[in-house]
Amino acid sequence: MKRIAIFGATSAIAQAVARLYAQEGAHFFLAARNEQRLQAVAQDLRVRGASEVVIAAADLVNVNDHAALLERARSALESIDVVLVAYGVLGDHARSIRDATLAVQEASVNYLSPLSLLTHVANLLETQGHGTIAVIGSVAGDRGRRSNYVYGSAKAGLATLASGLRHRFATQAIRVVLIKPGFVDTPMTAGLAKGGPLWATPERVARDIRRGIERGSTVVYTPWFWRWIMAIIRALPDAIFKRLSI
Amino acid sequence: MESSRRDYLSWGRVHRYPHQVAVPGFADGAEGALAAAIGAGQTVLAYGLGRSYGDSCLNEGQTLIATRGLDRFIAFDPVAGELECEAGVSLGAILELLTSRREDEPRWFLPVTPGTKYVTLGGAIANDVHGKSHHAQGCFGNHVRSLRLLRSDGAVRDCSDVENADLFRATIGGLGLTGLVLSARIALQKVPGFWLDSEDLRYSDLEAFFALSEESATDWQYTVAWVDCMARGRALGRGVFTRSRHSAQRPASVGAPLASRPRVAMPVDLPGFALNRFSVAAFNSLYWRRCARMPKRHLRAIDPVFYPLDAIGHWNRLYGRRGFFQYQCAIPTAAMRACIRTLVDRVAASGEGSFLAVLKVFGDRPSPGLLSFPLPGATLALDFANRGGATLALLDELDCIVRDAGGRLYPAKDGRMSGADFRRGYPRWDQLASLADPAFSSSFWRRVTADAPMERAA
Repeated sequence: MKRIAIFGATSAIAQAVARLYAQEGAHFFLAARNEQRLQAVAQDLRVRGASEVVIAAADLVNVNDHAALLERARSALESIDVVLVAYGVLGDHARSIRDATLAVQEASVNYLSPLSLLTHVANLLETQGHGTIAVIGSVAGDRGRRSNYVYGSAKAGLATLASGLRHRFATQAIRVVLIKPGFVDTPMTAGLAKGGPLWATPERVARDIRRGIERGSTVVYTPWFWRWIMAIIRALPDAIFKRLSI
Repeated sequence: MESSRRDYLSWGRVHRYPHQVAVPGFADGAEGALAAAIGAGQTVLAYGLGRSYGDSCLNEGQTLIATRGLDRFIAFDPVAGELECEAGVSLGAILELLTSRREDEPRWFLPVTPGTKYVTLGGAIANDVHGKSHHAQGCFGNHVRSLRLLRSDGAVRDCSDVENADLFRATIGGLGLTGLVLSARIALQKVPGFWLDSEDLRYSDLEAFFALSEESATDWQYTVAWVDCMARGRALGRGVFTRSRHSAQRPASVGAPLASRPRVAMPVDLPGFALNRFSVAAFNSLYWRRCARMPKRHLRAIDPVFYPLDAIGHWNRLYGRRGFFQYQCAIPTAAMRACIRTLVDRVAASGEGSFLAVLKVFGDRPSPGLLSFPLPGATLALDFANRGGATLALLDELDCIVRDAGGRLYPAKDGRMSGADFRRGYPRWDQLASLADPAFSSSFWRRVTADAPMERAA
């Protein structure tokens, strides 16, 4: 039976991952902002087979609450096998490139808050001596593009944070898995035009995430083809990249 | 709220309309989407997995609230066999839950399931779907204990036999017009096992079909026949009759009783000419011959019995970009023999052959739903590639035959019946009209009520 703490547990991807583990009878600690939504997710996981679900309504932007929140997770689960950090916002890019306040707000949710939370998580796992941290980044963090660099730069920061933690724990039984989804059909992306072969379902992405967690992979692109798409995008010389409208 | 988009279609892919689409992840998001649509002066319709064939799940130029994000289980009572879930949960997800439970616990199963498991609970209620068990179990609505309905006044109504009973009956088979179903509680059936004791019997004409249906009604919970609707003369109505029932046995080979994903998928549309009278006739003849002359009895998994077409993802693309029409009628017992014969003969003569012709005798258990489709008698379902005017003319002819027999068509499958035929087939339509939520509408509903006489319009 796995003991799993999920931060941002009401996101579509987090729910899909949690369902996979619920079938195996996992024990959950779920944190997210909206209590009613958390309760709906908790009921669902119980029906699907979760052995126990503890919820905590918390606005994760409030970094000063992180220590207490982590303590609640630790006392609910005793020892933590998996920590999934699955929250983030996809802001209105056209507005946040003009409005520094908006850009900073977005970065607070997408980078500063996970930086704080993961600092606490890392120390906790170091004390207990084992565990897997899975962080949801994005292919948008692989190269700054004019269409999403505010979001992308925060996710790039998250990627560097994950690789740093991985390096820190290289000699211990602690894994740090960075997940890089491409386009996923969730309420967060409801504003984007959908359809076509690049779009994936949260269920598909969740299966990849679980496999990554089980294997202790370093970076999981999901679906897999994004690894190659992003390799090409990263390799493009600036002279060509500048001319592309991507 | 999103901008207008054209990628929300029904299964037949004939009706292609722009919609505003909201995809809420939680009930509060659905409330917000409903309020926003009303604020924008739009009508609303819930959209589940888009398995209705015509325009009953569409709302041209207006708003759809996609329910696929409202897909959580709420409670399962393994003693009483009752399951409560949000409206966007698919029947496939329910079966996955039920079949993955521990072996030593009682086994529960859906009492009614249509020909695909990729429908939502909300859609199953709104269309009061039926299946191969109709003669034994009635409609889906017969097993709905209660539901929660979000109305445009912002209130959530708890509806059941005893509470808001009129709204409850109007919502079952109510085509999504009474409000947004947020969740429902359904009763399950206890079964000895998930595998099915199943028998295929090749039969030679319509009389043989009716004899088999009668003979199988008490001992076989699931019955249906595939009809070769290219065969004429003495072979008219010949086909393969399949009857099944749950079994405590399991096959020697290891495997799950439920398939988790389609095995293959149609990646693109097949060109429109691929299904023609020759290829369809060849398929029909081959299928009939493939079934052995002697009855074949074996233990089968859930999917090949209930959902043979689910094995091919997007099978509707077989019909090409122009899409296809489904035509499903219910014919009262007194007229069914003669009428089904006339219908099959007319289709065979047209050469517009359907390669999925399905025939079943309904039972006489009434559904609580006001606008339920099944009636004591028989139902015939056909599909036709959309060849424009020629196809529509044939369907109009079939309408005359159905009308003369006192039958009616299934709204979930329809995209073209006349308003007069709808109102004749469903005389309680005006009760639904008076209980419908003023902010909810559909392309189907506008089409079949637009020409209603003024004094009856609500």
